[in-house]
Amino acid sequence: MSQRIKFYQTGTLTAGNRLLDPETRAVQSSVDRSNALTSGHRACQGCGEALGARWVLDAAMRATGGQLVVVNATGCLEVFTTPYPESSWQVPWLHSLFANAASVATGVAAAMRSKGSAVRVVAQGGDGGTMDIGFGALSGMFERNDDVLYVCYDNEAYMNTGVQRSSATPPLARTATTPALGPEPGNEFGHGKNAPLIAMAHGIPYVATASVADLHDLEDKVEAAMKVHGARYLHVHVPCPLGWGSASDDTIKVARLAVQCGLFPLFEAEHGEVVRRTPIRQRQPVEAYLRLQRRFDHLFAGGRVDVERIARLQAIADRNIERFRLLTGD
Amino acid sequence: MDKPFAITLDLGSSRANHTGSWRSRRPEYVDRLPPCNHACPAGEDVQRWLYHAEEGDYRAAWQALVEDNPFPAVMGRACYHPCETSCNRAKIDEPVSIHAVERFLGDLAIREKWPLSAPLPPTGKRVLVIGSGPSGLSAAYHLARMGHAVTVREAMPLAGGMMRYGIPRYRLPRDVLDAEVARIFDLGVHFEPGVRVDDVATSVAEGGFAACFAAIGAHLANRVEIPARDAARIFDAVDLLQRVEQGEAPRLGRRVAIYGGGDTAFDAARTVKRLGAEEACIVYRRTQAAMPAHAFEVAEAAEEGVTMRWLRTIKRFDEDRIVVERMELDEAGRLKATGEVETIEADALVLALGQNVDLSVLEKVDGVRVVDRVIEVDDRMMTGHPGLFAGGDMVPSERSIAIAVGHGKAAARHLDAYVRGEKAKAPPPREVATFETLNPWYYTEADRTSQPAADPVRRRATFDEVNGGLTADDALFEARRCLSCGNCFECDNCYGVCPDNAVIKLGPGKRFRIDLDFCKGCGLCVAECPCGAIRMVPEDG
Ligand SMILES: Cc1ncc(C[n+]2csc(CCOP(=O)(O)OP(=O)(O)O)c2C)c(N)n1
Ligand code: SF4
Ligand SMILES: [Mg+2]
Repeated sequence: MSQRIKFYQTGTLTAGNRLLDPETRAVQSSVDRSNALTSGHRACQGCGEALGARWVLDAAMRATGGQLVVVNATGCLEVFTTPYPESSWQVPWLHSLFANAASVATGVAAAMRSKGSAVRVVAQGGDGGTMDIGFGALSGMFERNDDVLYVCYDNEAYMNTGVQRSSATPPLARTATTPALGPEPGNEFGHGKNAPLIAMAHGIPYVATASVADLHDLEDKVEAAMKVHGARYLHVHVPCPLGWGSASDDTIKVARLAVQCGLFPLFEAEHGEVVRRTPIRQRQPVEAYLRLQRRFDHLFAGGRVDVERIARLQAIADRNIERFRLLTGD
Repeated sequence: MDKPFAITLDLGSSRANHTGSWRSRRPEYVDRLPPCNHACPAGEDVQRWLYHAEEGDYRAAWQALVEDNPFPAVMGRACYHPCETSCNRAKIDEPVSIHAVERFLGDLAIREKWPLSAPLPPTGKRVLVIGSGPSGLSAAYHLARMGHAVTVREAMPLAGGMMRYGIPRYRLPRDVLDAEVARIFDLGVHFEPGVRVDDVATSVAEGGFAACFAAIGAHLANRVEIPARDAARIFDAVDLLQRVEQGEAPRLGRRVAIYGGGDTAFDAARTVKRLGAEEACIVYRRTQAAMPAHAFEVAEAAEEGVTMRWLRTIKRFDEDRIVVERMELDEAGRLKATGEVETIEADALVLALGQNVDLSVLEKVDGVRVVDRVIEVDDRMMTGHPGLFAGGDMVPSERSIAIAVGHGKAAARHLDAYVRGEKAKAPPPREVATFETLNPWYYTEADRTSQPAADPVRRRATFDEVNGGLTADDALFEARRCLSCGNCFECDNCYGVCPDNAVIKLGPGKRFRIDLDFCKGCGLCVAECPCGAIRMVPEDG
């Protein structure tokens, strides 16, 4: 019975909850959050990446008591936050190049260690900077088990330069370099890679996926990551209204549908093994996810639904659900 | 100023860049009208009192509740709760059991002897209320709180009207009713039982009353001509229930037929069972589905062994049986007699065919208009006679306790304005918080709590209450099932989801404010507000 009473309207599904003890509320519900990424930045309306970055860094700031340095790869997140001489960062922050955030972070971590400092390091970048051009640096950081949390904000393309395809772009998505034309419209099936699984293959202490669809889950993972030392990787799904052609107020809904349909599984892995999954709460068909995004318009062109191609994406989602046991979470 | 770690140079903050200028739409906090409030005929602010109950602050919840309705313990039992019929939670799982929480609060207040808040200073105005049913007492309560000197006249020996003489004890124990009635009288309301008002105008003039509210109800039973060998074996349901309440239950015999399909028919049937009848059979002209009685009444009656015959009209009442004719529906769904007759064994017949208003009291008053055998009132609840207000079952309405209480409250407001020579201002209309304005994702799964019910077999022999109340734990759980439709409950979602950090959290109880310097108008706060308490509006120009 007392177990039952704990429940309150929204439980921990909302950021805060006036009846839950403050510890159970999200960092984002607190007036004391650091707002590591503050107002006035030039991200588009409803930017998932801006949102995800604030959530991650505020949680990391809390976990480290503010003892944090952030290294940023080139990409939207860097460009929209730091037009000279303004900065949106309320955290020590360093930018070098597109490809080398992991290496720079390794260097910062080494410097801190040699100074005997307890300051922790987070590196962050987009999917392009992380999974494509910066992948060698990242793999090196992993295999050396450098004490860095690397966060990839996955908006599934090179958004800052005009929506070019990356190795995180899903099949069928239209980008500037994968037009919705010809016999294989949009991005091809069979291309791309799964960065979290590759990170796991390095056997590093902690790998997790998160989404702007689930605030508490994301903050818990950042906290878990900051509790351990060594190389850690967090892959955060962040819808991009501009690149995906979704409404600015649908950013979280789109992210939620990606999770609930199985296309973006939420899990945690330790030393190469998946140890926890966030179960799907209200399963959705991938079609519900696709329909909100103009990059998939060609699947619904002229009032006709491209059932076959959608079924191929559905099969990927179904496989994720099975592979990560997303329906039960155990 | 101390600089944060590793910061050595002053650098410009992006806060100099007012991205609010990008905006073409802006979010705006609203308080929409929850559907439960909208549906409540008594005008309760259900969502608001549930909000306090959610925190376990039952006293505040009860206080908020009795602002509108002085009868939570009665209504939590006897109201047919249209609030639950329109509750948005029904679209997620099942409606919030509003009535059960209301009853819990009402019972707790009685147990704890919480007093009603003291009236305003005396206005020096005297007001007459005729009838002490739910409408009359509701009006008396509100008028007394406004500082008027209220006299309630009642023809019956005790106060309560239909709450006492219509609703059987097994649905509304009398100690509960007595406690809530007494609390109203404790405000200083002067009660005169056993006084029948025959001449309203003279009573008002002689008593020096500034205005009068009449709510005498509808207690004249409708009759049909049924040829009977022994007319003394035919009873009216209202009359029967009233006599039972006064301890003068007539002898009915072993088998009783009840004619009618409304709630009163079922109250009568269940009462008859409890008086010892072996058989109580409802006879109804139309189909089962067409019965106006509420489903739970029908179900509880069936559990107690009440039988039902639908599509039957009564032709005759012979010595020990009634002769009924079978009806059927034609293709157009119209009711048609078949000419086939059958018999139902019965020692007595109870007629429950609706009630009428005793118009004799009001119809001779100057200016009062009678339309369709009820008293016409305007939107202030005033009759055609200035200063004479009317409500409850005697004015056009669907006739329920909740409606009656609502009439009393509305009439009190307008009567108060009338005696002050003013006009009551209507509260500004509010947009209804429909299900579409909510984001149901955020609400956790939680099945509706059910109230304990006494064993049906035991129920047949006693007038003890059928349904039990919720435990404190269950009441808290149930209150927390409320979605808080249309009204901010400070879940911090808007504050959490703004990518531009443009929602300012003002602290507990103070809600939030939009920082228009930085709000780009993306609308995420609106989309992710669980309860629809924010809306987007276009920027002018
Ligand atoms: C070596 C190098 N090549 C190309 C660029 C141009 N460039 C800047 S940002 C960017 C794309 C970034 O994409 P991603 O990492 O996915 O981040 P997003 O902008 O999508 O957040 C590119 C190609 C660069 N700055 N440096
Ligand atoms: S969920 Fe709460 S506010 Fe909404 S209709 Fe039901 S009781 Fe009223
Ligand atoms: Mg990208």
